[in-house]
Parts: sequence; structure tokens; C-alpha cells
Amino acid sequence: MQNLKPLKQPIKHALIATRQAFGETLYEVMKENKSVVALTADLGESLRMLKIQEEMPERFFDIGVAEANMVGIAAGLALGGFVPVAGTFAVFMTRAFDHIRMQICQNNLHAVMVGSHGGVSNALDGGSAHALEDIAYMRALPNMTIIYPVDANQTEWAFRAAATLDGPVYLRLYREATAVFTGKDDVFKIGQANIHRTGNDVTIVAAGPSTVMALTAREQLKIAGINAEVIGVHTIKPLDKETIIKSAQKTKRVVTVEDHNINGGLGSAVAEVLGEEQPTLLRRVGVTQFGESGTYPQLTARLGIDAAGIVRAVQQIVNN
Amino acid sequence: MDVKHLEEKARGLRKQVIEMLYAAQSGHPGSSLSGMDLLVTLFFSGLLRHDPVKSDMENRDYFILSNGHACPALYAVLAERGYFPKAELKKLRQLGAGAQGHPHRGSLPGVEISSGSLGQGLSVGLGLALASKLRKNDKRSVYVMMSDGEQEEGSTWEAVMYAPKEKLDNLVALVDKNGMQIDGFTKKVMPTLDPLAAKYRAFGWQVQEIDGHNLKAIWKALVKAQRIKKPAVIIAHTVRGKGVSFMENSEHWHAGAITLEQYEMAMEELGS
Repeated sequence: MQNLKPLKQPIKHALIATRQAFGETLYEVMKENKSVVALTADLGESLRMLKIQEEMPERFFDIGVAEANMVGIAAGLALGGFVPVAGTFAVFMTRAFDHIRMQICQNNLHAVMVGSHGGVSNALDGGSAHALEDIAYMRALPNMTIIYPVDANQTEWAFRAAATLDGPVYLRLYREATAVFTGKDDVFKIGQANIHRTGNDVTIVAAGPSTVMALTAREQLKIAGINAEVIGVHTIKPLDKETIIKSAQKTKRVVTVEDHNINGGLGSAVAEVLGEEQPTLLRRVGVTQFGESGTYPQLTARLGIDAAGIVRAVQQIVNN
Repeated sequence: MDVKHLEEKARGLRKQVIEMLYAAQSGHPGSSLSGMDLLVTLFFSGLLRHDPVKSDMENRDYFILSNGHACPALYAVLAERGYFPKAELKKLRQLGAGAQGHPHRGSLPGVEISSGSLGQGLSVGLGLALASKLRKNDKRSVYVMMSDGEQEEGSTWEAVMYAPKEKLDNLVALVDKNGMQIDGFTKKVMPTLDPLAAKYRAFGWQVQEIDGHNLKAIWKALVKAQRIKKPAVIIAHTVRGKGVSFMENSEHWHAGAITLEQYEMAMEELGS
């Protein structure tokens, strides 16, 4: 993977999809660690696994269009002493939910389920291809860790950490190439959110590549005299309560943003924490409907989860 | 293999199952009784490489109970084999018991996976068989028991389709074909499940159909399945509730509480 240094202007950053970084990192990890095995449900190319298939065919399993079987087999491989990494589109992980629940989570096995093309990032394919519920149902599973990297650079760290974690992991990735704004100096630790920009007027808590939208929104808000703190949450479960509560105490206003249904995702998780421990004015930016075909910028604008949508939510809450 | 001795063992374990279910006042007698002879042959004939004292023995064969509701039979067999004290059996379905209502991995030694939601065990078995293949000198076998009702799950067929692709000759599936499911006779609920053997054959499996209460036939089939160089399935024709006349082929005994009168009748029929 390209070694990218942090730049100041998000808009000029290199654009790389997190799924690309995943495929490259998985390849490297499998070269280093012979106990890691890769599985896919007929989406090896989309998840950038082809080099693995070519060079390490004995540890690559294309299960065919059969997500439930893929996860069941992953459970068996985990029980048999291997570290399975099972990837498909996030939207199709739904089909394996019962196997994830019973075999991976109830048995507390170390397996990495990789849901690529998360949110509306598979934009042109339309509503059937948009994964807007996966974080919600994964959050309801005991033992599950949910990681949703903010950019390609962080994905490398995230996957390396996920591969050595004990227990089930859901790694949510993006199809769309998005700005790489973190650098090698950014600390990555599972369960620890990153404060990417500090501010005093409002806290924007963002998940995954929506963090890029939050950074752009911050620049626009600055012009209006609003100084926003931007927190990127790569680990949605377990959530870094401390960082969020601390920031909420300071700014008194919180806006969450995610490419996911507004129910059950990051916004809900933050609302639960604040509601119980630090009641704070809150606006959740998320999706309230099914998707449709369109380009990624068009869709995020229509669904109100782009920088403009975040700016609107911040203005509402600041004027409140 | 001493057939008489094992038949005697199976009879005693059927009584054990009735006692457990009577004590719990709930559970699934039908499948626990229909699959008992398969379990007894596998666990007591010396075919399965395992060590009850060291249930996590590294080179053990795996036994996966995919139709988890038949777990009273598995628990009884494991206890008889010495995996854990028989006192555990009487706690079936009680809060905090190792003998959970459906198998929960780790709750008792010898329970390899959680099951209960049908159509998962074969996939997990495939994963274990693949793991064994990945370790070059690993010669362990994986046995997966399923019900016939479970064959209606789509995920079962995802696994059936995949096993021959990987040439998993270390995988043996057993179907306890007792011809019944919750809503009644399988022929009525899903008349197109048959011919089952032809379906497995079409996907490239080696298929044997046997009388699932004939211990010698079961043993022979298991030996053959072990030797064959592809995934093997043994379709065992059984009787739901086998051994207790009023439970046999009865639509009422998928699950349910046993009364004192029924308990006494069942124990008498199973003899001493």
C-alpha cells in the first residue's frame, strides 16, 4: 500500500477505497501468517483477493454465492485452529446472520467477517446493493467487535489489529475511493476514537469514510464562525464512551454522521451513551429510507449524509 | 464389534433419555430416540478417535450434532462414555446447567459446537474438514449428524454442494431420516424432499441407505464411509420415538412434557 503522509487540505488527498487497502493488507498478512485463510462468496475480485487466489490458492476458498455456508465454514476453520477472513458485500452479510449469531458469536470464535461496499458506496447498483442495516444487527450480537475504518490508511492498521484480536470481528469497508487523511502518525487502537480536529462549539462524531464529509463540513462551518470538533469512530463496538462524553461536556452539542440507517448505528450508539451518562443536545445524520441508483456524491446529497447535510444539522443544533 | 453389547447399551441410554426428559418436563424425545443407535455405534464401536478424559485431544475426530434438539441423546452418550458425571444429565434444561436445552459449545465436554438453529452443522463440519486438510499430516475425520427435516434448510444444500468441490473424503454426514418433523410427516410437509439419496448423489457424494436401528449395518456403513475417497453420507432410515410404543411415529412427540404415567410406561417398555 502507498505510504501516505497526512496533508492539511482534505480535498487534495489521495483517493483510495478502503476495500483496496484491505485486499493488499490481507495479502501481506497471509504471507506473514500461515494460519490466516481467506474466504469469499464469489466476490474475490471486488474484495481485492485475486492475488491471494493466485499465489496462495491452498488458503483461499471461493465458497460460491452462499454466504451462510461461507460463515459456517469459517466457524469450522476457526475451531480447527485457523484465522478465517470471510468477505462479501456488507449487504449480503445479512444472509449469514444466523450463522454469525450461532456459530461465530455464541461460540466466541476468532473470525473476521468483512462487509465491503458498505452504506451507499456501491452507489450505482441501487437500493438492493446498499448496506444500511448491518451495523445495527451486528451491534446486537454479544462478543462482536465492529470496525469501520475512516480511510484506506487506517484500514491497514485496522485489519492487522482485527487479525490478532480474540473473538468475532465485523470489518465494514467502502467501495467508493475516499480521501486518505490519516497518516502513519495517527494512533490506531481498537476501541479508541480519534479526535481528528479540535473545536469548542459542537462535536461531530463520524463513522467510517463519512468522517471525510465531517472534515469538509468543518471547513464550511468555520466560515460561518462555528468551530467544530471532529471525532472519527473506527470502532463502533465497543464504543469509546470516554472520548465522546468528554467532548460533549466541552461543546454541549453533538452531531453524529454515518452512511447507515439512522436507527441502530453510530447515532444510536452515541445517543445511548449520552442519554445515560451525559445528556446532551444531539442530532443524528443518517439514512431514513432505502437507497436508489445514482453516483456517490448524488446519493449522499439526496440522502442528506454529505457535508451539506452535516452543516444543516450543526446549524440547527447550534441555533437551538 | 459386540452388537449385543451395544444394543444393550442403546437400550439403557434410551431409558436415560426418558429419565432426563421426564425430570426436565420438556425436551425432544422423538429425535433423541430415533438417532440413538447411530450415536451409540459411533461412540462405542471404536470408530471415533476420541478421549473422554481429554475431550480437546489434538488429533481427535469431530462429532457435530447439527440437529441440536436431539441433544439429550448426545448428552447421555457422552456421560456414559465418561466425558462428565451422569449427575449433569438430571439438570437438563435447568438454569446454569451444562446440559442446555440445545447444545452450547463449551457448556459440557464433548459438545463441539452450538446448534439448534437447523442447517448449520454441515457447514461447520466442512470448515473442520478443510482445517484438517490444511494440516498435511492430520488424518482426522469429521462426522456430522443431521435430521431429515433439516434437509429443508437452504443452507444445508449450500454445504452439500460445496463438500465435493474440496474433495473432502474426511467428512461423513449422517441423516437421521425418521420421516417426521414438527408439523407432522415429512412426506406431507415436504413431499419433494425424496428422493434424498439421488440429490446427494447428483452433487457428487457417496451415498449409503441403511436401517438406522441395525447396529451392524450402521457400523458397516461408517467403516465404508471412512474409506471412500469422497464426501460420504449415510441416510439412516429410523423411527421417531424408537423403543417407546406410544412415541413411535407419533405426531405428538417431537417435543413435550412426559407425564408420570407415560414415564412409567416408557421405562417398562424399555425394560431392565
